[in-house]
Amino acid sequence: MQPSNLPDDHTAAMTRALLGGGIPRGVTVKRGQDRARRFAVYRNNVMHSLTQALATRFPVIERLVGTEFFTAMARVYIEQHPPRSPRLFEWGDTFAEFLRGFAPAASLPYAADVARIEYARGVAYHSADLTALSDAELSAVAGWADRARLVLHPCVQMIRSNYAIVDIWQGNQPDQAPRPIAHRAQTALVLRTPHHAIPVLSLTEAEAAMLGAILAGMPLLEAMMAAQRVDPAHSPNTLIALLHSHQTIISAQEVS
Amino acid sequence: MSQLPAQAGIGFKPQHYRGLLDTKPSLGFLEVHAENYMGAGGPPHAMLTALRADYALSVHGVGLSIGGPAPLDTDHLARLRTLLDRYEPQSFSEHLAWSSHGDAYLNDLLPLPYTEHTLQTVCDHVDQTQEALGRQMLLENPSTYVLFDTSTIPETEFLAEIARRTGCGLLLDVNNVFVSCSNHRTGARAYLDQFPLDAVGEVHLGGHEAEDLPGGPLLIDSHGREVAEPVWTLFQEVIAKTGPLPTLIEWDNDVPDLPVLLAEADRAQTILTANPKGQLYAAQ
Repeated sequence: MQPSNLPDDHTAAMTRALLGGGIPRGVTVKRGQDRARRFAVYRNNVMHSLTQALATRFPVIERLVGTEFFTAMARVYIEQHPPRSPRLFEWGDTFAEFLRGFAPAASLPYAADVARIEYARGVAYHSADLTALSDAELSAVAGWADRARLVLHPCVQMIRSNYAIVDIWQGNQPDQAPRPIAHRAQTALVLRTPHHAIPVLSLTEAEAAMLGAILAGMPLLEAMMAAQRVDPAHSPNTLIALLHSHQTIISAQEVS
Repeated sequence: MSQLPAQAGIGFKPQHYRGLLDTKPSLGFLEVHAENYMGAGGPPHAMLTALRADYALSVHGVGLSIGGPAPLDTDHLARLRTLLDRYEPQSFSEHLAWSSHGDAYLNDLLPLPYTEHTLQTVCDHVDQTQEALGRQMLLENPSTYVLFDTSTIPETEFLAEIARRTGCGLLLDVNNVFVSCSNHRTGARAYLDQFPLDAVGEVHLGGHEAEDLPGGPLLIDSHGREVAEPVWTLFQEVIAKTGPLPTLIEWDNDVPDLPVLLAEADRAQTILTANPKGQLYAAQ
Protein backbone atom coordinates (compact mmCIF):
# COMPACT_ATOMS: atom_id res chain seq x y z
CA MET A 1 0.00 0.00 0.00
CA GLN A 2 1.08 3.54 -0.66
CA PRO A 3 2.04 5.67 2.30
CA SER A 4 -0.90 7.86 3.21
CA ASN A 5 -1.01 11.55 3.85
CA LEU A 6 -4.31 11.04 5.54
CA PRO A 7 -4.23 9.61 9.04
CA ASP A 8 -5.68 6.13 9.31
CA ASP A 9 -8.64 7.65 11.09
CA HIS A 10 -10.13 9.67 8.23
CA THR A 11 -12.81 10.97 10.56
CA ALA A 12 -10.47 12.80 12.93
CA ALA A 13 -8.86 15.06 10.33
CA MET A 14 -12.14 15.67 8.54
CA THR A 15 -13.98 16.54 11.75
CA ARG A 16 -11.34 19.18 12.54
CA ALA A 17 -11.73 20.52 9.01
CA LEU A 18 -15.52 20.58 9.23
CA LEU A 19 -15.46 22.50 12.49
CA GLY A 20 -13.21 25.26 11.20
CA GLY A 21 -9.80 23.66 10.52
CA GLY A 22 -7.87 23.18 7.26
CA ILE A 23 -8.70 20.52 4.64
CA PRO A 24 -6.90 17.19 5.24
CA ARG A 25 -4.11 16.55 2.71
CA GLY A 26 -5.34 13.15 1.53
CA VAL A 27 -8.62 14.64 0.30
CA THR A 28 -8.51 15.11 -3.47
CA VAL A 29 -10.59 16.21 -6.45
CA LYS A 30 -10.26 15.73 -10.20
CA ARG A 31 -7.73 17.80 -12.17
CA GLY A 32 -8.91 21.36 -12.72
CA GLN A 33 -11.38 21.26 -9.84
CA ASP A 34 -11.18 23.59 -6.83
CA ARG A 35 -10.55 21.35 -3.83
CA ALA A 36 -11.56 23.96 -1.25
CA ARG A 37 -14.78 24.78 -3.10
CA ARG A 38 -15.81 21.13 -3.26
CA PHE A 39 -14.81 20.25 0.28
CA ALA A 40 -16.84 23.29 1.36
CA VAL A 41 -20.02 21.42 0.38
CA TYR A 42 -19.52 19.21 3.43
CA ARG A 43 -18.70 22.17 5.66
CA ASN A 44 -21.81 23.99 4.43
CA ASN A 45 -23.98 20.89 4.90
CA VAL A 46 -22.81 20.52 8.50
CA MET A 47 -23.16 24.22 9.35
CA HIS A 48 -26.41 24.77 7.48
CA SER A 49 -28.19 21.66 8.75
CA LEU A 50 -27.15 22.27 12.35
CA THR A 51 -28.01 25.99 12.15
CA GLN A 52 -31.45 25.01 10.82
CA ALA A 53 -31.86 22.51 13.65
CA LEU A 54 -30.96 25.19 16.20
CA ALA A 55 -33.29 27.76 14.60
CA THR A 56 -36.13 25.23 14.63
CA ARG A 57 -35.55 24.60 18.33
CA PHE A 58 -35.06 28.28 19.28
CA PRO A 59 -37.32 30.33 16.96
CA VAL A 60 -37.96 33.11 19.50
CA ILE A 61 -34.23 33.59 20.06
CA GLU A 62 -33.79 33.84 16.29
CA ARG A 63 -36.54 36.46 16.13
CA LEU A 64 -35.08 38.41 19.07
CA VAL A 65 -31.56 38.64 17.62
CA GLY A 66 -32.36 38.51 13.88
CA THR A 67 -31.44 35.82 11.38
CA GLU A 68 -28.01 37.20 10.50
CA PHE A 69 -26.91 37.44 14.12
CA PHE A 70 -28.44 34.04 14.88
CA THR A 71 -26.56 32.36 12.02
CA ALA A 72 -23.23 33.85 13.14
CA MET A 73 -23.92 32.88 16.76
CA ALA A 74 -24.98 29.36 15.72
CA ARG A 75 -21.62 28.88 14.00
CA VAL A 76 -19.79 29.64 17.25
CA TYR A 77 -22.13 27.39 19.21
CA ILE A 78 -21.78 24.50 16.71
CA GLU A 79 -17.98 24.72 16.81
CA GLN A 80 -17.91 24.83 20.61
CA HIS A 81 -20.84 22.54 21.39
CA PRO A 82 -21.52 20.17 18.48
CA PRO A 83 -24.30 17.61 19.02
CA ARG A 84 -23.16 14.60 21.03
CA SER A 85 -25.75 12.18 19.64
CA PRO A 86 -27.66 11.52 16.41
CA ARG A 87 -30.79 12.28 18.43
CA LEU A 88 -30.70 15.94 17.46
CA PHE A 89 -33.73 16.73 19.62
CA GLU A 90 -31.45 16.39 22.65
CA TRP A 91 -29.04 18.98 21.27
CA GLY A 92 -29.17 22.59 22.48
CA ASP A 93 -29.30 21.67 26.17
CA THR A 94 -26.32 24.00 26.74
CA PHE A 95 -27.56 26.78 24.47
CA ALA A 96 -29.12 28.88 27.26
CA GLU A 97 -25.89 28.73 29.25
CA PHE A 98 -23.91 29.57 26.11
CA LEU A 99 -26.17 32.60 25.48
CA ARG A 100 -25.62 33.82 29.03
CA GLY A 101 -21.88 33.94 28.39
CA PHE A 102 -21.99 35.13 24.77
CA ALA A 103 -20.74 38.73 24.96
CA PRO A 104 -22.30 39.98 21.69
CA ALA A 105 -25.75 39.07 23.10
CA ALA A 106 -25.17 40.82 26.44
CA SER A 107 -27.77 43.50 25.58
CA LEU A 108 -30.48 40.78 25.79
CA PRO A 109 -29.98 39.53 29.35
CA TYR A 110 -33.36 37.73 29.26
CA ALA A 111 -32.48 35.69 26.16
CA ALA A 112 -30.92 32.81 28.13
CA ASP A 113 -34.11 32.24 30.15
CA VAL A 114 -36.27 32.47 27.01
CA ALA A 115 -33.98 29.82 25.48
CA ARG A 116 -34.67 27.61 28.50
CA ILE A 117 -38.39 27.84 27.70
CA GLU A 118 -37.77 26.87 24.08
CA TYR A 119 -35.58 23.92 25.04
CA ALA A 120 -38.18 22.79 27.59
CA ARG A 121 -40.89 22.83 24.91
CA GLY A 122 -38.84 20.36 22.84
CA VAL A 123 -38.41 18.13 25.88
CA ALA A 124 -42.18 18.23 26.44
CA TYR A 125 -42.82 17.40 22.76
CA HIS A 126 -40.81 14.17 22.91
CA SER A 127 -41.63 13.15 26.49
CA ALA A 128 -43.20 9.80 27.31
CA ASP A 129 -46.87 8.89 26.89
CA LEU A 130 -48.14 8.16 30.41
CA THR A 131 -51.56 7.64 31.94
CA ALA A 132 -52.69 10.31 34.39
CA LEU A 133 -54.61 9.90 37.65
CA SER A 134 -58.37 9.81 37.25
CA ASP A 135 -60.61 12.32 39.05
CA ALA A 136 -61.43 9.73 41.71
CA GLU A 137 -57.79 8.76 42.21
CA LEU A 138 -56.78 12.38 42.60
CA SER A 139 -59.63 13.10 45.07
CA ALA A 140 -58.49 10.18 47.21
CA VAL A 141 -55.06 11.81 47.65
CA ALA A 142 -56.64 14.51 49.85
CA GLY A 143 -57.00 11.93 52.63
CA TRP A 144 -53.24 11.47 53.00
CA ALA A 145 -51.86 14.75 51.65
CA ASP A 146 -49.36 14.93 54.50
CA ARG A 147 -47.55 11.86 53.14
CA ALA A 148 -48.43 11.95 49.41
CA ARG A 149 -45.82 13.04 46.94
CA LEU A 150 -47.30 13.87 43.49
CA VAL A 151 -45.39 12.46 40.52
CA LEU A 152 -45.85 14.77 37.55
CA HIS A 153 -45.55 13.96 33.86
CA PRO A 154 -41.97 14.57 32.60
CA CYS A 155 -43.34 17.23 30.23
CA VAL A 156 -43.97 19.53 33.23
CA GLN A 157 -41.09 21.98 33.57
CA MET A 158 -40.79 25.23 35.48
CA ILE A 159 -38.46 28.08 34.55
CA ARG A 160 -37.93 30.93 37.03
CA SER A 161 -36.54 34.20 35.76
CA ASN A 162 -35.85 37.78 36.83
CA TYR A 163 -37.31 38.82 33.47
CA ALA A 164 -40.77 38.78 31.87
CA ILE A 165 -39.93 35.62 29.93
CA VAL A 166 -43.50 34.43 29.40
CA ASP A 167 -44.58 37.82 28.03
CA ILE A 168 -41.47 37.93 25.84
CA TRP A 169 -42.04 34.39 24.56
CA GLN A 170 -45.71 35.04 23.82
CA GLY A 171 -45.04 38.47 22.30
CA ASN A 172 -42.55 36.97 19.86
CA GLN A 173 -44.70 34.27 18.32
CA PRO A 174 -44.96 34.42 14.50
CA ASP A 175 -48.40 36.06 14.57
CA GLN A 176 -47.43 38.79 17.07
CA ALA A 177 -46.37 42.31 16.09
CA PRO A 178 -43.51 43.73 18.18
CA ARG A 179 -44.73 45.65 21.21
CA PRO A 180 -43.19 46.99 24.41
CA ILE A 181 -43.06 44.49 27.27
CA ALA A 182 -43.02 45.73 30.89
CA HIS A 183 -40.17 44.58 33.07
CA ARG A 184 -41.09 42.07 35.77
CA ALA A 185 -39.92 38.74 37.11
CA GLN A 186 -41.89 35.75 35.78
CA THR A 187 -42.00 32.01 36.24
CA ALA A 188 -42.92 29.94 33.19
CA LEU A 189 -44.70 26.59 33.23
CA VAL A 190 -44.21 24.41 30.17
CA LEU A 191 -46.25 21.24 29.64
CA ARG A 192 -47.86 19.11 26.94
CA THR A 193 -51.64 18.87 26.73
CA PRO A 194 -53.47 15.62 25.88
CA HIS A 195 -53.97 17.10 22.39
CA HIS A 196 -50.22 17.64 22.01
CA ALA A 197 -50.24 21.42 22.31
CA ILE A 198 -47.31 22.81 24.29
CA PRO A 199 -48.43 26.03 25.98
CA VAL A 200 -46.16 28.36 27.95
CA LEU A 201 -48.06 29.53 31.03
CA SER A 202 -47.24 32.12 33.67
CA LEU A 203 -47.33 31.09 37.33
CA THR A 204 -47.91 33.38 40.33
CA GLU A 205 -45.18 33.39 42.96
CA ALA A 206 -47.29 31.22 45.25
CA GLU A 207 -47.99 28.71 42.45
CA ALA A 208 -44.29 28.65 41.61
CA ALA A 209 -43.43 27.91 45.25
CA MET A 210 -45.99 25.09 45.33
CA LEU A 211 -44.93 23.55 42.02
CA GLY A 212 -41.27 23.86 43.01
CA ALA A 213 -42.01 21.90 46.20
CA ILE A 214 -43.96 19.22 44.28
CA LEU A 215 -41.16 18.84 41.74
CA ALA A 216 -38.69 18.57 44.64
CA GLY A 217 -40.65 15.58 45.93
CA MET A 218 -42.21 17.17 49.03
CA PRO A 219 -45.56 15.91 50.34
CA LEU A 220 -48.58 17.71 48.90
CA LEU A 221 -49.48 19.31 52.24
CA GLU A 222 -46.00 20.81 52.57
CA ALA A 223 -46.17 22.09 49.00
CA MET A 224 -49.47 23.81 49.81
CA MET A 225 -47.96 25.39 52.90
CA ALA A 226 -45.00 26.62 50.89
CA ALA A 227 -47.45 28.44 48.63
CA GLN A 228 -49.35 29.95 51.56
CA ARG A 229 -46.14 31.28 53.08
CA VAL A 230 -45.68 33.29 49.87
CA ASP A 231 -49.32 34.37 49.66
CA PRO A 232 -51.72 33.59 52.55
CA ALA A 233 -54.68 34.12 50.19
CA HIS A 234 -53.44 31.54 47.70
CA SER A 235 -55.77 28.67 46.87
CA PRO A 236 -53.83 25.47 46.13
CA ASN A 237 -56.69 24.14 44.03
CA THR A 238 -55.87 26.35 41.05
CA LEU A 239 -52.50 24.76 40.34
CA ILE A 240 -53.71 21.22 41.03
CA ALA A 241 -56.74 21.76 38.77
CA LEU A 242 -54.48 23.13 36.03
CA LEU A 243 -52.07 20.18 36.20
CA HIS A 244 -54.93 17.69 36.39
CA SER A 245 -56.84 19.22 33.47
CA HIS A 246 -53.81 18.65 31.26
CA GLN A 247 -53.45 15.07 32.57
CA THR A 248 -50.01 15.69 34.00
CA ILE A 249 -50.47 14.22 37.49
CA ILE A 250 -49.29 10.66 36.98
CA SER A 251 -49.32 9.14 40.43
CA ALA A 252 -49.16 9.78 44.17
CA GLN A 253 -46.52 7.99 46.17
CA GLU A 254 -46.00 7.74 49.89
CA VAL A 255 -43.02 9.77 51.07
CA SER A 256 -40.64 7.38 52.80
CA MET B 1 -33.95 -8.72 0.76
CA SER B 2 -36.32 -6.08 2.05
CA GLN B 3 -39.96 -7.08 2.49
CA LEU B 4 -41.23 -3.77 1.06
CA PRO B 5 -43.70 -3.97 -1.83
CA ALA B 6 -41.98 -3.34 -5.18
CA GLN B 7 -43.89 -0.08 -5.58
CA ALA B 8 -43.30 3.64 -5.20
CA GLY B 9 -43.26 5.21 -1.73
CA ILE B 10 -42.52 8.59 -0.19
CA GLY B 11 -40.57 9.92 2.77
CA PHE B 12 -43.02 10.85 5.52
CA LYS B 13 -43.01 14.49 6.66
CA PRO B 14 -45.16 15.57 9.64
CA GLN B 15 -46.76 18.38 7.61
CA HIS B 16 -48.33 15.70 5.38
CA TYR B 17 -49.80 13.75 8.29
CA ARG B 18 -53.40 14.96 7.96
CA GLY B 19 -53.35 14.70 4.18
CA LEU B 20 -52.16 11.10 4.29
CA LEU B 21 -54.59 10.14 7.01
CA ASP B 22 -57.59 11.83 5.38
CA THR B 23 -57.00 10.76 1.77
CA LYS B 24 -55.05 7.48 2.22
CA PRO B 25 -53.29 7.76 -1.16
CA SER B 26 -52.18 4.50 -2.70
CA LEU B 27 -48.45 4.13 -1.91
CA GLY B 28 -46.20 1.11 -1.65
CA PHE B 29 -44.71 2.32 1.61
CA LEU B 30 -43.64 5.26 3.75
CA GLU B 31 -40.07 5.85 4.87
CA VAL B 32 -38.94 7.66 8.03
CA HIS B 33 -35.58 8.63 9.46
CA ALA B 34 -35.01 6.44 12.50
CA GLU B 35 -33.50 9.17 14.65
CA ASN B 36 -36.64 11.34 14.53
CA TYR B 37 -38.53 8.59 16.36
CA MET B 38 -36.11 7.98 19.20
CA GLY B 39 -37.89 10.18 21.72
CA ALA B 40 -39.93 8.55 24.48
CA GLY B 41 -43.35 9.57 23.17
CA GLY B 42 -45.44 12.48 21.95
CA PRO B 43 -46.59 13.44 18.44
CA PRO B 44 -43.89 11.60 16.42
CA HIS B 45 -44.92 8.22 17.80
CA ALA B 46 -48.63 9.06 17.69
CA MET B 47 -48.37 9.93 13.97
CA LEU B 48 -46.21 6.95 13.05
CA THR B 49 -48.46 4.54 14.94
CA ALA B 50 -51.53 5.82 13.10
CA LEU B 51 -49.86 5.68 9.68
CA ARG B 52 -48.30 2.28 10.27
CA ALA B 53 -51.79 0.81 10.45
CA ASP B 54 -52.31 1.74 6.79
CA TYR B 55 -48.86 1.62 5.19
CA ALA B 56 -45.81 -0.58 4.87
CA LEU B 57 -42.81 1.09 6.50
CA SER B 58 -39.12 1.53 5.76
CA VAL B 59 -36.94 2.78 8.62
CA HIS B 60 -33.91 4.63 7.29
CA GLY B 61 -31.10 5.42 9.72
CA VAL B 62 -28.88 8.46 9.28
CA GLY B 63 -26.81 8.36 12.47
CA LEU B 64 -25.12 4.99 12.92
CA SER B 65 -21.80 6.10 11.37
CA ILE B 66 -21.12 2.70 9.81
CA GLY B 67 -18.32 4.14 7.65
CA GLY B 68 -16.25 5.44 10.55
CA PRO B 69 -13.35 3.61 12.20
CA ALA B 70 -14.78 4.03 15.71
CA PRO B 71 -16.76 1.18 17.29
CA LEU B 72 -20.50 1.51 16.68
CA ASP B 73 -22.51 3.19 19.42
CA THR B 74 -24.17 0.19 21.07
CA ASP B 75 -26.71 2.46 22.81
CA HIS B 76 -27.75 3.70 19.39
CA LEU B 77 -28.02 0.13 18.11
CA ALA B 78 -30.21 -0.72 21.09
CA ARG B 79 -32.43 2.29 20.36
CA LEU B 80 -32.74 1.13 16.74
CA ARG B 81 -33.70 -2.34 17.91
CA THR B 82 -36.39 -0.87 20.17
CA LEU B 83 -37.76 1.16 17.28
CA LEU B 84 -37.79 -1.80 14.89
CA ASP B 85 -39.42 -4.05 17.48
CA ARG B 86 -42.11 -1.43 18.04
CA TYR B 87 -43.01 -0.72 14.39
CA GLU B 88 -41.91 -3.95 12.67
CA PRO B 89 -40.94 -2.19 9.44
CA GLN B 90 -40.48 -4.13 6.21
CA SER B 91 -36.99 -2.72 5.78
CA PHE B 92 -34.13 -1.11 7.68
CA SER B 93 -31.40 0.74 5.82
CA GLU B 94 -28.33 2.85 6.59
CA HIS B 95 -25.52 4.60 4.70
CA LEU B 96 -22.02 3.89 3.49
CA ALA B 97 -20.86 7.02 5.31
CA TRP B 98 -19.88 8.30 8.72
CA SER B 99 -21.37 11.09 10.81
CA SER B 100 -19.78 10.91 14.26
CA HIS B 101 -16.27 11.39 15.55
CA GLY B 102 -15.48 11.19 19.25
CA ASP B 103 -18.24 13.03 21.05
CA ALA B 104 -19.32 15.04 18.02
CA TYR B 105 -22.26 14.16 15.77
CA LEU B 106 -21.94 16.19 12.55
CA ASN B 107 -25.42 15.63 11.04
CA ASP B 108 -24.10 14.92 7.55
CA LEU B 109 -23.25 11.77 5.60
CA LEU B 110 -19.49 12.05 5.24
CA PRO B 111 -17.21 10.12 2.87
CA LEU B 112 -14.58 7.49 3.56
CA PRO B 113 -11.60 6.17 1.62
CA TYR B 114 -12.17 2.78 0.01
CA THR B 115 -9.33 0.48 1.09
CA GLU B 116 -8.99 -3.12 2.24
CA HIS B 117 -8.77 -1.74 5.75
CA THR B 118 -11.96 0.36 5.62
CA LEU B 119 -13.74 -2.47 3.79
CA GLN B 120 -13.06 -4.80 6.71
CA THR B 121 -14.22 -2.16 9.21
CA VAL B 122 -17.48 -1.51 7.34
CA CYS B 123 -18.14 -5.26 7.00
CA ASP B 124 -17.58 -5.69 10.75
CA HIS B 125 -20.00 -2.83 11.42
CA VAL B 126 -22.65 -4.26 9.09
CA ASP B 127 -22.26 -7.70 10.71
CA GLN B 128 -22.61 -6.13 14.15
CA THR B 129 -25.67 -4.13 13.07
CA GLN B 130 -27.46 -7.10 11.50
CA GLU B 131 -26.66 -9.15 14.59
CA ALA B 132 -27.91 -6.47 17.00
CA LEU B 133 -31.08 -5.81 14.98
CA GLY B 134 -31.79 -9.46 14.24
CA ARG B 135 -32.44 -8.76 10.57
CA GLN B 136 -30.84 -8.09 7.23
CA MET B 137 -30.13 -4.42 6.47
CA LEU B 138 -29.70 -2.44 3.26
CA LEU B 139 -26.64 -0.20 2.78
CA GLU B 140 -26.93 2.91 0.60
CA ASN B 141 -24.36 4.26 -1.85
CA PRO B 142 -23.35 7.84 -0.97
CA SER B 143 -23.30 11.12 -2.87
CA THR B 144 -19.74 12.48 -2.70
CA TYR B 145 -17.93 15.72 -3.51
CA VAL B 146 -14.30 14.77 -2.92
CA LEU B 147 -12.11 11.68 -3.27
CA PHE B 148 -9.27 10.21 -1.17
CA ASP B 149 -5.81 9.55 -2.53
CA THR B 150 -5.68 6.44 -0.36
CA SER B 151 -8.69 4.81 -2.05
CA THR B 152 -7.76 1.64 -3.92
CA ILE B 153 -11.17 0.02 -4.52
CA PRO B 154 -13.91 1.35 -6.82
CA GLU B 155 -17.11 2.21 -4.94
CA THR B 156 -19.21 -0.37 -6.80
CA GLU B 157 -16.71 -3.12 -5.99
CA PHE B 158 -16.55 -1.94 -2.38
CA LEU B 159 -20.35 -2.17 -2.05
CA ALA B 160 -20.52 -5.52 -3.87
CA GLU B 161 -17.91 -6.96 -1.54
CA ILE B 162 -19.77 -5.72 1.56
CA ALA B 163 -22.96 -7.37 0.30
CA ARG B 164 -21.08 -10.58 -0.50
CA ARG B 165 -19.26 -10.80 2.84
CA THR B 166 -22.09 -9.71 5.16
CA GLY B 167 -25.19 -10.82 3.29
CA CYS B 168 -26.65 -7.32 3.55
CA GLY B 169 -28.71 -5.89 0.72
CA LEU B 170 -28.00 -2.59 -1.02
CA LEU B 171 -30.05 0.55 -1.35
CA LEU B 172 -29.34 2.04 -4.76
CA ASP B 173 -29.74 5.82 -4.71
CA VAL B 174 -29.80 6.67 -8.40
CA ASN B 175 -29.57 10.40 -7.73
CA ASN B 176 -26.46 9.80 -5.61
CA VAL B 177 -24.95 7.85 -8.52
CA PHE B 178 -25.62 10.74 -10.88
CA VAL B 179 -24.35 13.36 -8.41
CA SER B 180 -21.13 11.50 -7.54
CA CYS B 181 -20.33 10.47 -11.11
CA SER B 182 -20.90 14.02 -12.40
CA ASN B 183 -18.72 15.46 -9.64
CA HIS B 184 -15.92 12.98 -10.28
CA ARG B 185 -16.31 13.09 -14.08
CA THR B 186 -17.00 9.37 -14.42
CA GLY B 187 -19.89 7.76 -16.25
CA ALA B 188 -23.08 7.05 -14.33
CA ARG B 189 -23.97 4.27 -16.81
CA ALA B 190 -20.60 2.62 -16.32
CA TYR B 191 -21.13 2.85 -12.55
CA LEU B 192 -24.55 1.22 -12.83
CA ASP B 193 -23.15 -1.48 -15.13
CA GLN B 194 -20.71 -2.36 -12.35
CA PHE B 195 -23.30 -2.11 -9.56
CA PRO B 196 -24.43 -5.48 -8.11
CA LEU B 197 -28.09 -4.97 -9.06
CA ASP B 198 -29.08 -8.41 -7.78
CA ALA B 199 -28.37 -7.20 -4.23
CA VAL B 200 -30.61 -4.11 -4.48
CA GLY B 201 -33.56 -4.15 -2.10
CA GLU B 202 -34.69 -0.55 -2.55
CA VAL B 203 -34.12 2.45 -4.81
CA HIS B 204 -33.96 6.11 -3.76
CA LEU B 205 -34.76 9.02 -6.06
CA GLY B 206 -34.20 12.61 -4.93
CA GLY B 207 -33.50 16.04 -6.37
CA HIS B 208 -30.15 17.81 -6.59
CA GLU B 209 -28.82 21.31 -7.18
CA ALA B 210 -26.23 22.05 -9.87
CA GLU B 211 -23.63 24.79 -10.06
CA ASP B 212 -21.32 25.41 -13.02
CA LEU B 213 -17.71 25.71 -11.94
CA PRO B 214 -14.52 26.04 -14.02
CA GLY B 215 -13.52 22.44 -13.20
CA GLY B 216 -16.90 21.12 -14.32
CA PRO B 217 -20.34 21.09 -12.73
CA LEU B 218 -20.74 20.71 -8.98
CA LEU B 219 -23.87 18.73 -8.16
CA ILE B 220 -25.20 18.85 -4.62
CA ASP B 221 -27.55 16.20 -3.25
CA SER B 222 -30.07 18.60 -1.73
CA HIS B 223 -33.28 16.53 -1.57
CA GLY B 224 -34.99 19.87 -2.10
CA ARG B 225 -36.71 19.59 -5.50
CA GLU B 226 -38.04 17.26 -8.21
CA VAL B 227 -36.00 14.33 -9.46
CA ALA B 228 -33.89 15.52 -12.42
CA GLU B 229 -34.56 14.19 -15.94
CA PRO B 230 -31.20 12.37 -16.37
CA VAL B 231 -31.88 10.60 -13.07
CA TRP B 232 -35.30 9.46 -14.29
CA THR B 233 -33.62 8.08 -17.42
CA LEU B 234 -31.06 6.15 -15.38
CA PHE B 235 -33.83 4.86 -13.10
CA GLN B 236 -35.81 3.67 -16.10
CA GLU B 237 -32.74 1.84 -17.41
CA VAL B 238 -32.13 0.17 -14.04
CA ILE B 239 -35.74 -0.95 -13.68
CA ALA B 240 -35.74 -2.28 -17.25
CA LYS B 241 -32.94 -4.60 -16.08
CA THR B 242 -34.15 -5.48 -12.59
CA GLY B 243 -37.91 -5.33 -12.86
CA PRO B 244 -39.92 -3.50 -10.17
CA LEU B 245 -38.14 -2.54 -6.94
CA PRO B 246 -39.40 -0.62 -3.89
CA THR B 247 -38.69 2.99 -4.92
CA LEU B 248 -38.65 6.01 -2.63
CA ILE B 249 -39.15 9.66 -3.56
CA GLU B 250 -36.97 11.64 -1.12
CA TRP B 251 -37.80 15.30 -0.56
CA ASP B 252 -36.46 16.52 2.79
CA ASN B 253 -35.88 20.26 2.29
CA ASP B 254 -38.30 22.91 0.98
CA VAL B 255 -40.88 20.14 1.37
CA PRO B 256 -43.74 20.64 -1.15
CA ASP B 257 -47.44 20.02 -0.70
CA LEU B 258 -48.41 16.36 -0.63
CA PRO B 259 -49.86 16.29 -4.20
CA VAL B 260 -46.47 17.34 -5.64
CA LEU B 261 -44.78 14.48 -3.82
CA LEU B 262 -47.50 12.04 -4.89
CA ALA B 263 -47.07 13.11 -8.53
CA GLU B 264 -43.36 12.21 -8.32
CA ALA B 265 -44.27 8.86 -6.78
CA ASP B 266 -46.81 8.30 -9.59
CA ARG B 267 -44.12 8.89 -12.18
CA ALA B 268 -41.88 6.31 -10.50
CA GLN B 269 -44.80 3.88 -10.23
CA THR B 270 -45.53 4.22 -13.95
CA ILE B 271 -41.97 3.12 -14.74
CA LEU B 272 -42.22 0.21 -12.29
CA THR B 273 -45.53 -0.92 -13.78
CA ALA B 274 -44.17 -0.70 -17.34
CA ASN B 275 -41.36 -3.15 -16.50
CA PRO B 276 -43.02 -6.15 -14.88
CA LYS B 277 -40.07 -8.38 -15.70
CA GLY B 278 -36.43 -7.38 -15.62
CA GLN B 279 -34.22 -8.24 -18.60
CA LEU B 280 -31.59 -9.54 -16.18
CA TYR B 281 -33.85 -12.31 -15.02
CA ALA B 282 -36.17 -12.76 -18.00
CA ALA B 283 -33.63 -14.99 -19.76
CA GLN B 284 -33.09 -17.22 -16.75
